[in-house]
This record gives sequence, C-alpha cells and structure tokens, in this order.
Amino acid sequence: MIGLSHYLIVSALIFSIGLVGVLRRRNLLMLFFATEVMLNAVNIAFAAISHYYNDLTGQMFAFFVIAIAASEVAVGLGILIVLYKKQGSLDLDELTTMKG
Amino acid sequence: MESLVYIALFAPFVSSLFAALFGMSPRKTFVGAIASLLLFVSLSASMMLAYHVYQTGESVHITMMDWIHMGDLYIPFGFNVDQVSVTMMNVVTLVSTVVHIYSIGYMDHDKSFNRFFSYLSAFVFSMMVLVMSDNFAGLFIGWEGVGVCSWLLIGFWYHKPDLTREENPSISPSWAANEAFIMNRIADLGMLIGLFIIYWNVGSLQYDAVFAAIPHLTDVILSTAAIALFIGAMGKSAQFPLHTWLTDAMEGPTPVSALIHAATMVTAGVFLVIRVHPLFSVTPEVSYFIAALGTFVAFFAASMALVNRDLKRIIAFSTLSQLGYMFAAAGLGAYWIALFHLAAHAFFKALLFLGAGNVMHAMHDELDIFKMGGLKKSMKATYIYMGLASLALAGIPPLAGFFSKDAIIETAFNEGTLILWVMLVVTAGMTAFYSFRQVFLTFEGDERYKEFGIHPHEMYKFVLVAMSPLAILAVIAGFFRESFNAFVTHLLPGYEMSEHTHHLALILGAIVFAFAVGGILLAYKKYAKGLKRSEKVENSFIYRLLANQYYIPNLYEEFISKPYAMISEMMWKGVDLKIVDTTVDGIAKFLYRSGDGTRKMQTGNLSNYLNWMAIGGVLLLVVAMISAMIG
Repeated sequence: MIGLSHYLIVSALIFSIGLVGVLRRRNLLMLFFATEVMLNAVNIAFAAISHYYNDLTGQMFAFFVIAIAASEVAVGLGILIVLYKKQGSLDLDELTTMKG
Repeated sequence: MESLVYIALFAPFVSSLFAALFGMSPRKTFVGAIASLLLFVSLSASMMLAYHVYQTGESVHITMMDWIHMGDLYIPFGFNVDQVSVTMMNVVTLVSTVVHIYSIGYMDHDKSFNRFFSYLSAFVFSMMVLVMSDNFAGLFIGWEGVGVCSWLLIGFWYHKPDLTREENPSISPSWAANEAFIMNRIADLGMLIGLFIIYWNVGSLQYDAVFAAIPHLTDVILSTAAIALFIGAMGKSAQFPLHTWLTDAMEGPTPVSALIHAATMVTAGVFLVIRVHPLFSVTPEVSYFIAALGTFVAFFAASMALVNRDLKRIIAFSTLSQLGYMFAAAGLGAYWIALFHLAAHAFFKALLFLGAGNVMHAMHDELDIFKMGGLKKSMKATYIYMGLASLALAGIPPLAGFFSKDAIIETAFNEGTLILWVMLVVTAGMTAFYSFRQVFLTFEGDERYKEFGIHPHEMYKFVLVAMSPLAILAVIAGFFRESFNAFVTHLLPGYEMSEHTHHLALILGAIVFAFAVGGILLAYKKYAKGLKRSEKVENSFIYRLLANQYYIPNLYEEFISKPYAMISEMMWKGVDLKIVDTTVDGIAKFLYRSGDGTRKMQTGNLSNYLNWMAIGGVLLLVVAMISAMIG
C-alpha cells in the first residue's frame, strides 16, 4: 500500500535533486530547471498532504504554485535571453560583475 | 513684604546676568555702576525687611514654588527671613555693595572688568540663597554656589603661571582656586552625610520640621549629624586642618578677598552652627569640641600672622583667627555673641582688606610689607581707614571689635573653661601686635619703597567715600550690642553671664584691654621707627616654623598630594591602560577581524551565494529541529 510517507519521500528526493542542481550547476538555464524541479517537489508534497487530510486547500495552493512558476519562467527566460545577448554566455563563473 | 524678599534675593541675580551679557566685551563702566545700583537695591530691601522684622518680631516666610515633590520627599524653594537671616542679609548686601563700588575703581585697568562683576554678583546671589533658605537643601545649593563663585574669583587671573612654593607660597591663582575648591569638596562630603542622616531620621529637610523632631532622636544620631554638619562648616570657614586654602585664596583680586574671604562666605560655617543651634545645643560634647577647635585656630592662625610679610596673608590669618573666636562663642552656647562678632568682624575686616587693596594699587601689586613704609604721606585716608579697622580688630574700646571680642572672652571665662580663656586673651594680645606691626610697617617709618622706584598715589576719591560706611560701622557697631542682643534672642537662646562673672566683668575687660594695648605698644616700639631686621631672629627655629605655616602646606604636599598623584598614575598605567582600555580595544578588534574574515564571502559569484544561502537554510532547519526536540 502506498501511503503519505512514500509520497513525501519522493518529494524530498526530488527536492534534493533540485537543490543539488541549484548548488552545483554553473549554467543559469540549468539553475532555472533545477528550481522548477524543486517547486514541483513541493507541489507533490502539497497534493499528497491535502489528500491525506481531506482538505482541498493544499491542492489549491499547488495550482497557485504552478501558475506562478509558469509566469516566473516567462519573465526569467526573457531576462536570460537579454543577458545572453549582452554577455555572450550564461556561465555563472564568468558573470561576476557584482564582486565587491 | 513678599516682594521685598524677592527683590533682596533676585537683584544680585539680575545684576549678574546683566554683567554676563557684556562678559566678553571690553571694559564698560556702566556695567559696574548698574551692578552696584542693583546691589544697593538689594541692600535697601534687606534693610526694610530688617525694620519689619524688628517692628513686628515675626519672621517673613514664603514658599516661592515646589522644587522636588516625589513620594515622601518634599523640598520647596522656600525662604525664611527671621532675625538671624535678616542680620546676615544686611551684612552681606552692605559689604557687597561697598565692594562693588570699590571694584569699579580697583579693577579699573583690568580687561575682564565686566566678567568680574558678573561673578561678584553671582556670589552675592548664592550667599543670599544660603542665608535665606528655609531648608537644608536650599542652604546646600547656596553653599555650593558660593563655592563655585569663590573658585571663579580666586582664579580670576587664571593666566598667571605656576611658580614654585619658595617664590609664591600659593603657587598660582588657578592652583589656589583648585585648592580651595577641592578642600571644600572634602568638607562638603561631611555636610552631605549630615543632611542624609537628618533626612533619613526625620524625613524632612525643613528647618522647623527638623528642629521639632530633635527631642525624639537618639543621642548617637544627633551627635553624628552634628559632627557631620560641623565638618562642612570647618571647610567653608577654613578651620584646622582644612585651613590652608584661605591664605592661598589671597591670589584673587583684593575686593574678592574682602567680600568672600573675610566678610561673608567664610562666615557661612559660623552661620550654619548658629542656624542649626537647636541641634548643637543638645550635643554638648560636639559643641565643646567646636569651642576648643575654634580657640585653637584663633591662637594658631594668630601665631602665623606674627611673622608673615605678605600684607594680604596677614589679614587672611587674622580672618582665620577671628573665625576661631566666632566658633569658640558658638561652641560655648553664646550664639548671639558669635553672630554679633560675625557682623562686627565683617565690617572692620572688609575695611581692612579694602585698605590693603588701596595699598596694593598704590604699590603696583607689591605685597611685601618689608618693602613698604612711610606710606602715610601719600595715603592719608587709607592710613586712617586701616588704622581704624586695626584698632577695631585689636579690640580697643569703643570700637566694634572690643564689644564683640570681649563678650566672647568673657563667655569663655563664664563657662569655666579657663584654658580657652587664657588662650583667647593671649590671642587678643597677638592680634593687636600683628595688626599694628602691619600698619606701622606699611605706613610709618622709612620709605623703603623708594629703592624699588615706586611712586605711590592715593586711590580714587569715590572709592574712599564708598568705604566710609564700613569705617563708620567699624566704629559704632559695638554700641548696638544690647539692642542686637534683644533683637536676635527672639530666635536664638539668650546667654547671660553669671553673677560671679558680672562682678569681674570690669577686671576681665581690663585684662583683655591691657593685652591689646601691650601688643600695640610692642609693635610701635619695634616697627614704627623703621624696619630693623635681625638675622638671629629670622633664622631661629620658631620664626621659620611660623613663617612656613608650621610646614603644613608642605606636609599636605608630601603626604597627601604626592601619594595621591602616585596612586593616580598607578591607576592610569596599571588599571586604566592595561585592563579597561584593553577590554574596550579587544571588543573593537574582534569586530574588525570578524568583518575582515567574512568579507571573503562576497565573491560576486551567484553560485557561491546560493551555497551560503543553502548552508544558512540547513542551519536554521537544524536549529528549528533541535528546539522542537527540546521544546
């Protein structure tokens, strides 16, 4: 029988994969993908817990997260394209203009 | 009547503020004139109040406003004009009016003329607060106020450099000012403790409440309070062992010496003992100590005056000695006699100082009487004034000093304290000798000043006229003895001589008179014809001991100032630099270092920042988990 904990473990695993992606990847586009992965890991947890408590609030929240993620991707990708046109690269190790 | 009290009190204050407006501007005669005028207004108001109190026999008591009112502590700005305070008010305003007018002439060439008047009037205001207050707190405010003004005025010529003790016994005006201030601080600690004891046990600082509570207090409390208050009085009135500041205070301008260090401020200690007489009359041991100390100081100071060569210092020693007389009377319970001597002394001593100021003015600030002589030709009026004042001081009838001093000496006899009586009589003889030694060396004999190329000239006319009220009072004040007695014994306990003393009064008076005349004659024989110095006498042990003030200033220097400086240096280098500073610097250094260390985090690389953020998030998570487990 697949219970809540299984879902949560899957969610945590996917979240960890996303986190490692954020920390280890050097390409900004990949960072973007990794954050999407983390968001969806959270969505899985929301949906599972919502089902477990018989409360729709969590699922509703997951929809909001999906909607916001979609708009964020639109804006973020736009910024990335501009940045690439300007700098010719999306490698984080080369984008250090803010160094103090 | 209420408005008169306010006028008497605040006219000097207004005068001070007015003069302060011109403090930084060059000399303006009208500042002095207006200050004198306002002081005269204060004097007139005081005289009217005195007449009112005399007529009705009642005191004027007003509460201007609340000052401190919290919990059980209630201290108003209240003023009480009764027989004692009105006497003091008149003495203070009279002498200060004369001194203000005198200063217009004396400070003529000083560039800080306006500033001087501001300080002088501020002093009079503080003194009025001191004598008029109806509670101990107000008295203390005035007490500190006169201390500050005294400091300002002693150090008035603060720009003069420090000299060694051999060149100038008081080193410099600013040194003398600090000495006076610090010695008074020591004594004021005693005074404050006295006030705390009183408040602790009575719950009020109002005079009438405190006096009403005295019968309910134990002997120990009363004696401790009396001792503590008297320590305060010892400082202000420069009694042994806190006496050295008074002679050094002569560094100030001479009008200051006349007003503050002869007539008014230094008598504040005597005033305190008189004011708080219900306390001192129930503590006979403390009172007897006061009398004994007073007698000792009278003798001790007079002995130092015998050989001194400095015109102003001789008078300062004499002030010290006369303060001793006042304490002797107050300690023996003859409060009204002490107050009477205080008033009489204020008149002739201020006159004497102002005369000395004239001499200084004529001699271009030369103070060594061995370099004077024969000044009577050029300074007749001053000679008369100083002669009169010295006769009064020596206690020659019918001048003021005779009546007041004789009464004190008679009191000592009446109380059966024969040792005190003998010492006071001998001191009377010494007083006559040193006063006239000074007068003769200054005004009679050969004109020694000529070798120094000085051309003495008499003081301005208006100054001499301004001094005349003091001269008149120095002559006639003694005749008011009985009416003064009747006036103040409304408030103070009366003091009657016993039958036995009464019989002997004439003989006792004759003995004192004989000593005084003997002193004068001796001085005349030795000094009137000119100065004959003898190496043998001047090198003798006793002469050197007296001339160096029993080496007490040196002792203080060696055993108090120097060890204190040493300890201070130790505290500075050992404690302050090594412990306090190191701790403070350490905190600063830690912050700098941690800043330097964490700076390396700012690489500008987004990936690094994300790593740090993740570490922070994990840390928070761990903390939250730990706290959840503990909680």
